[in-house]
Amino acid sequence: MREEWKGFVEGKWISEINVRDFIQKNYTLYTGDESFLQPISTKTTKVWDKCLESLKEELKKGVLDIDTSRVSGINSYDAGYIDKDNEVIVGLQTDELLKRIINPYGGIRMVYNSLEAYGYKLDENIDKYFNEFRKTHNQGVFDVYTPEIRKARKYGLLTGLPDAYGRGRIIGDYRRIALYGIDYLISNKEKDRNNLSGQMTDDKIRLREEVTEQIRALEEIKQMALKYGYDISLPANNAKEAVQWTYFGYLAAIKENNGAAMSLGRVATFLDIYIERDLAKGLISESEAQELIDQFVIKLRMARHLRTPEYDELFSGDPTWVTESIGGVGIDGRPLVTKNSYRMLHTLINLGPAPEPNLTVLWSKDLPEPFKRYCAKVSIETDSIQYENDDVMRPIYGDDYAIACCVSAMRLGKQMQFFGARCNLAKALLYSINGGIDEVKGIKVLEGYDIITDEVLDYEKVKSAYYKVLEDVAGLYVDTMNIIHYMHDKYAYEKGQMALHDTVVERLMAFGVAGLSVVADSLSAIKFAKVKPIRNEEGIAIDFDIEGDFPKYGNDDDRVDKIATELLEKFYNELCKHPLYRNARHTLSVLTITSNVVYGEKTGATPDGRKKGVAFAPGANPMHERDTNGALASLNSVAKLDYTCYCRDGVSNTFSIIPDALGNEDSVRINNLVEILDGYFIQGAHHLNVNVLNRETLIDAMENPEKYPLLTIRVSGYAVRFNRLTRKQQEEVISRTFHSKR
Amino acid sequence: MIRGSIDSIESLGLYDGPGIRVVVFFNSCKLRCKYCHNPEMWVKQEDNITSTELVEKIIRYKNYVIDNGGVTFSGGEPLLQPDFLIDCCKKLKEEGFHIALDTAGVGIGKYDEILEHVDLVIFDVKHADTDGYKELTGLSIDESERFLDIANKKNKKFWVRQVVIPGVTDTDEYLIKLKQYLNKIHNIEKIEFLPYHKLGSEKYEALGIEYSYKDQEEMDKTKCEELYKKFINM
Repeated sequence: MREEWKGFVEGKWISEINVRDFIQKNYTLYTGDESFLQPISTKTTKVWDKCLESLKEELKKGVLDIDTSRVSGINSYDAGYIDKDNEVIVGLQTDELLKRIINPYGGIRMVYNSLEAYGYKLDENIDKYFNEFRKTHNQGVFDVYTPEIRKARKYGLLTGLPDAYGRGRIIGDYRRIALYGIDYLISNKEKDRNNLSGQMTDDKIRLREEVTEQIRALEEIKQMALKYGYDISLPANNAKEAVQWTYFGYLAAIKENNGAAMSLGRVATFLDIYIERDLAKGLISESEAQELIDQFVIKLRMARHLRTPEYDELFSGDPTWVTESIGGVGIDGRPLVTKNSYRMLHTLINLGPAPEPNLTVLWSKDLPEPFKRYCAKVSIETDSIQYENDDVMRPIYGDDYAIACCVSAMRLGKQMQFFGARCNLAKALLYSINGGIDEVKGIKVLEGYDIITDEVLDYEKVKSAYYKVLEDVAGLYVDTMNIIHYMHDKYAYEKGQMALHDTVVERLMAFGVAGLSVVADSLSAIKFAKVKPIRNEEGIAIDFDIEGDFPKYGNDDDRVDKIATELLEKFYNELCKHPLYRNARHTLSVLTITSNVVYGEKTGATPDGRKKGVAFAPGANPMHERDTNGALASLNSVAKLDYTCYCRDGVSNTFSIIPDALGNEDSVRINNLVEILDGYFIQGAHHLNVNVLNRETLIDAMENPEKYPLLTIRVSGYAVRFNRLTRKQQEEVISRTFHSKR
Repeated sequence: MIRGSIDSIESLGLYDGPGIRVVVFFNSCKLRCKYCHNPEMWVKQEDNITSTELVEKIIRYKNYVIDNGGVTFSGGEPLLQPDFLIDCCKKLKEEGFHIALDTAGVGIGKYDEILEHVDLVIFDVKHADTDGYKELTGLSIDESERFLDIANKKNKKFWVRQVVIPGVTDTDEYLIKLKQYLNKIHNIEKIEFLPYHKLGSEKYEALGIEYSYKDQEEMDKTKCEELYKKFINM
């Protein structure tokens, strides 16, 4: 066995790249409580204080600085430090803290717009030569988009498409660098390339080129690390190196790419194995172990990408989705909880609450009780954790998957995702009533539909027209995604991240929907009440008159909840009828992040009584204040959306409850939150963001942001500093249901 | 099939019994307590649910409540629909639910049979004094004492609640009376003082009922806590 691996239990991982096997053979389950955790170290305090200063400055200016003199790349920048003497883990995206990168490969227009917004100008030579000699992903896509796609995109039927910047949602298996060292990874890729022989078909040519690019990227990662004085050609020798090597892998990814979500994976338990070995040998203390994780997390918190103001309106607060998946249970039934799972969560206490890394607890009924309680405790204190159901994901993705972005599961190093944004289901419903004409702009977006002219809307008639629209939209949506990912592979291939995958990967294409609760309630209103469209001169329904009451999604009422589940099933099945680029597999999510506000703005009044321009509920949430039977009824409705059958890219639910409604003292609140999570997930529900706070706090924070610099809340799939949301988004969050019965 | 009349279900109740409670609010109550914050439940409305339907709804929350929580029948006064209540209790007991009864003890009999299925009685004292009781609720204290007798004989576990109203139930003399009154109950697990507040008053307006406590001042939370400490040490 290699010198670096002394003390580890052997297994398949010795002779092949198999991080999962290494973890399974070597991790130490921890079933105790949090009493071993240590406070922040002096060194970490010094580094973090410097960051806090820079963050303040950044908040004032929007961005702290931008390097306009060079183009993104794994090894494009000199080494940068925050406070070199006190940094235990090193590496910044550029040569200075919070200085942002220009990445024109996804689209150069996005670069111009962001630079202009912050008063910067692109280096003349880059401007000249990049445009002259290099085509971007964005240009490729628009060369091919059909007139139908352009319309669907322009009027907001298909929204948030990754066609102007990096697609993200790819997770490199950064742990591979720590376990094997770069040289071994290169030699494996070379072997793979040699095996890609025989007749040179399109697929094989592309893959051979990609593997060659990957090898080049691995070399670059090694060179980049050398600038910081580390030779990562060989495996990590100890815990500090393991953290550092892993971080270099992630750092390479965010130097090269600017995807919306650049997630970390599932590193805590992997790293614990190294920490345990060092602790046993007396090489480090618990304080030093915590210091490694705290400083690692500081680095993750400092990741930035250059965005336009329009982007911020969609996804506020500079989210990067450095999602780290914590906990879960192995397929042999042993929980994957280690002391390092605790250390990772403890960073929220040592460094204070923060949106990044996006800490995601993989919840299982079989997690150790003390760990469940600790998660609940940190949740109540910081509002910074999200929960996802390991018991429904494990049967599909095994026990070494991680979450990309908010809710997207993938097997680490074995699967990647083609991110697919989302389709506005509420707008599609209005198109079915209005004969394909956009209710806001009055333009015909979809051909071949008649306006429904009935005085009172008939459920069967509307449903049948709507389902027909969905059939067509599914085709259009698939075409759009195929084009986007074809071009992204061609012009902005993520060679560094893909180098940390197996050469043959499975691809998931993740479609999404927005406005689910609006449509469910609308169809319910049409079915159970009397809905009369109010039409303008052109016959377009611009508002609706509703007589009588109707069941509303969010009250555990099957009459309407079934409308929602059927609708998802229908749309998913329609998507599946269309083949995907590179034989990807179809997945679907119900997730909006903060974009529910903008989608709502662009959508006319709907038959559920929602007025024109009013925000949708986020993700799979019931519409604001319509869930009137208490929190559990609301959770039960969402739990009915079937993850396993048709929503394998996730069902996002954000839950806000006032502290008093959870119990009158901390230990009671912790118990109750654990019971709620268990009860929700046992039903097969997928995801829950938990916020325990008072509406009054948020209103005060909106008016007096300086009083709440650290106030962090979970929105839909990520956490955000409340004062980084736009006013409209803040208002939307405040208007959500706060379960407050006591 | 027994039908009953309920106002609503709160799926996440955390104060009406141990753990997470599914709280069912029954319609109808004979008392007209001056501070009542659920006046919409005074009148018995039309039956709107069968016991089977209600039990099915409650079972949907089994995963959340079965270990440490349960179901709480509240209202209104659940004792006023005894057959419906008994039928629900029987079915829920078969499912293993912990059952709490939030009551003032003013029903129409069958107490023995009802209490057979109840794990915890959450008893609202109203007023410890016969005259005070009549003044506050409009009815005589006798019926509630009949209920207490039977519950005592069955040695039922009690949580006792006292709404503390300035000038009415916050005086030293009253606390002494309350102490004597509570001595009658054998198995008290918990005593709670709830400070009187006006949160329900806008409901009166909506219902077109005069709110007789509109000039009554609210009880200060801290004072109420102090009073409670004093009472416990008496």
